Amino acid sequence: MTEALLQLRGIDKHFGPVQALHGVNLDLPAGQVTGLCGDNGAGKSVLTRCIAGVHEPDHGRILFEGQPVHIRSARDAAALGIETVYQDLALADNLDIVQNMFLGRERLRHRLLDEDSMERAAAETLSSLRVTTVRSIRQPVASLSGGQRQSVAVAKAVMWNSRVCLLDEPTAALGVVQTQMVLDLIRRLRDHGLAVMVISHNLNDVFEVADRIAVLHLGSMVAEGPVADFDRQRTVEYMTTGGKERTRTRVPIVSGEAG
Amino acid sequence: MASINDPLATAIPELEADPTSAADTTLDIPPELLAQSLGEYVRGWLARVRHGDSGVLPVLLAIVAVAITFELVTPNNSFLQPSNLVYIFQESTAYMVLAMAEIFALLLGEIDLSIGSVSLLGGVIAFKLVQPPPAGANLPWWLAIGAALLCCAVIGALQGTLVARLRMPSFIVTLGGFLLLFGILVLVLGGADGSVSVSQSDPNQSVIFNLDQGLVDPTISWIGLAVVVLTASALIWRRDSLRRRSGLVAQPTSLTAIKIVLLAGAGVIVVALCNVNRSNTGTIAGVPWIIPIVLVVLVASTILLQRTRFGRYVYAVGGNPEAARRAGINLPRVRTWGFVLSAVTAGIAGILLGSFFFGQLSTNTADPGQLVLYAVAGAVIGGTSLFGGRGRIVHGVFGGLVVGGIAYGMALLGLAAQYEYIVTGCVLVVAVLVDVLSRRGGAKGSGDRD
Repeated sequence: MTEALLQLRGIDKHFGPVQALHGVNLDLPAGQVTGLCGDNGAGKSVLTRCIAGVHEPDHGRILFEGQPVHIRSARDAAALGIETVYQDLALADNLDIVQNMFLGRERLRHRLLDEDSMERAAAETLSSLRVTTVRSIRQPVASLSGGQRQSVAVAKAVMWNSRVCLLDEPTAALGVVQTQMVLDLIRRLRDHGLAVMVISHNLNDVFEVADRIAVLHLGSMVAEGPVADFDRQRTVEYMTTGGKERTRTRVPIVSGEAG
Repeated sequence: MASINDPLATAIPELEADPTSAADTTLDIPPELLAQSLGEYVRGWLARVRHGDSGVLPVLLAIVAVAITFELVTPNNSFLQPSNLVYIFQESTAYMVLAMAEIFALLLGEIDLSIGSVSLLGGVIAFKLVQPPPAGANLPWWLAIGAALLCCAVIGALQGTLVARLRMPSFIVTLGGFLLLFGILVLVLGGADGSVSVSQSDPNQSVIFNLDQGLVDPTISWIGLAVVVLTASALIWRRDSLRRRSGLVAQPTSLTAIKIVLLAGAGVIVVALCNVNRSNTGTIAGVPWIIPIVLVVLVASTILLQRTRFGRYVYAVGGNPEAARRAGINLPRVRTWGFVLSAVTAGIAGILLGSFFFGQLSTNTADPGQLVLYAVAGAVIGGTSLFGGRGRIVHGVFGGLVVGGIAYGMALLGLAAQYEYIVTGCVLVVAVLVDVLSRRGGAKGSGDRD
């Protein structure tokens, strides 16, 4: 098996007396979608923030392309090509799609904003991801539907030669049609060769789009492997009980052998 | 499938793959983005007006309503005369520039209540510095204005720092600043009835006196107008044709032409009005200096807000501070500079105000409390949102004109100041109501958001 693009080995994180993550191992291979499942409080968000540079792990290693890296800030993560789309999307409603996609990284010409060049680049990114339902990329984000907003947020995250994309509950609060639109977009990110991680409660969506599944229970990784090794019922058991009632051998937990 | 960079395809509804958004989005998009012909543009614009998002239309209607009302109710229908209109414009310029100052704070989602005091203080400092010793420093007019605006900048930076770094509510910080600076202002003026004047006869002081009062020679006015209109038309035309050539969505050519014609027409009307002899006895004709001055402030602020990175960040911080923070924008710096710009622009307004009052500044001729309310009223009436992120500097020009028109009309009717307050207060509340309702309408447009 080729080495995963991003590897987490023995990640520990605690906040005061609360141990949020216990020795978590996780692989995010390029060109695959990893679904991260877990009940509330399982540590999905903390794990995501450790990769995104919001929290720094207390112990453990993060390997990027096999090299150990330290991700101390969102800027460090961005420098490695790791982008996160949070559930609240962080789009400015009053700005249009182009302005949002380039927010903080505007292109200048003669010290003034180079709107035309930014508009062309944004249009290219959107059409390469086949986000084609927006009527005009100069419309304010306030006028977009939920799925379109999610698409813009994803496009914004991946237009900077990203290698890893973390999506936090990308389909929450979306209707059926819009969910399909976002799942298609996630598949396209995978086809572009990105390592994608989808954090979701919704097992239907996870099973539809994921190549691999990882389940967190009370801060520990209780199961990780190809989606073929899982079924919904077992995944739910892993999420709720950590899989204690069953033998864990059916789904091998990836240990540190690759590290 | 509709391709995103194909303007023709985006306008065709059958290609809309997302049925839930089709009905909602149509009305919120600026019409020039979809329209390929003038007819489509007009239809799109009408749809947006019906939807409550009408841009500067309400304030233009308000200007017409103010003009017609006062023309009808004033004795001998004397409101709409060239002399009155020019005078209203001269009076309104201070309100316009004050409204522009307030817009910098409003766009950030903050409010600056101190600008009434800051503006008068800036004016008084400039006026004091050109006085001969011992009262003043006999500075050249440009140095005096520069020093006064620098003082305003420092005040703005202090207030901005309190708001931006310590996250104190701007409402309280600037209300405190208003009172504190009002006190300092009275001290500088040497008492509640104190005043400071610049004279028309002194060559140095007369420059400041003439900022509002001075007139441009009629012939030069026409030449200046031609230069401004030609430059603006060339820039607009070039931008649109560049966009068309590079395959981006642009306005229809006919619309570009209509805009240029409207611009030229408005300019011709203003210059022609100003060049009518306004005096009963001698000759007073020409464009007041204040018009090009306001134009320069307007263009400079508009470029700053619409075409620079800083301007983009102002809108982003006002629209969604969290998004701005995650995009790596330095929020405290943007907020602090917003308050600096607000204070400096207010200082310009104060100097213009003194010039309008025939070179005299005192707290009796211009009440700081009234000025700040007129500034907020002008900005909001012009169409700038109190909730941040929405508005343009040009809104200050239109809003200031409404405020100035009402003030002058009430004075022409011989009504006391209390009625002026009542009417302006009502107009302000109606403007905020429009702001709130249009926000609610906008939120309805994307119903599946949380």
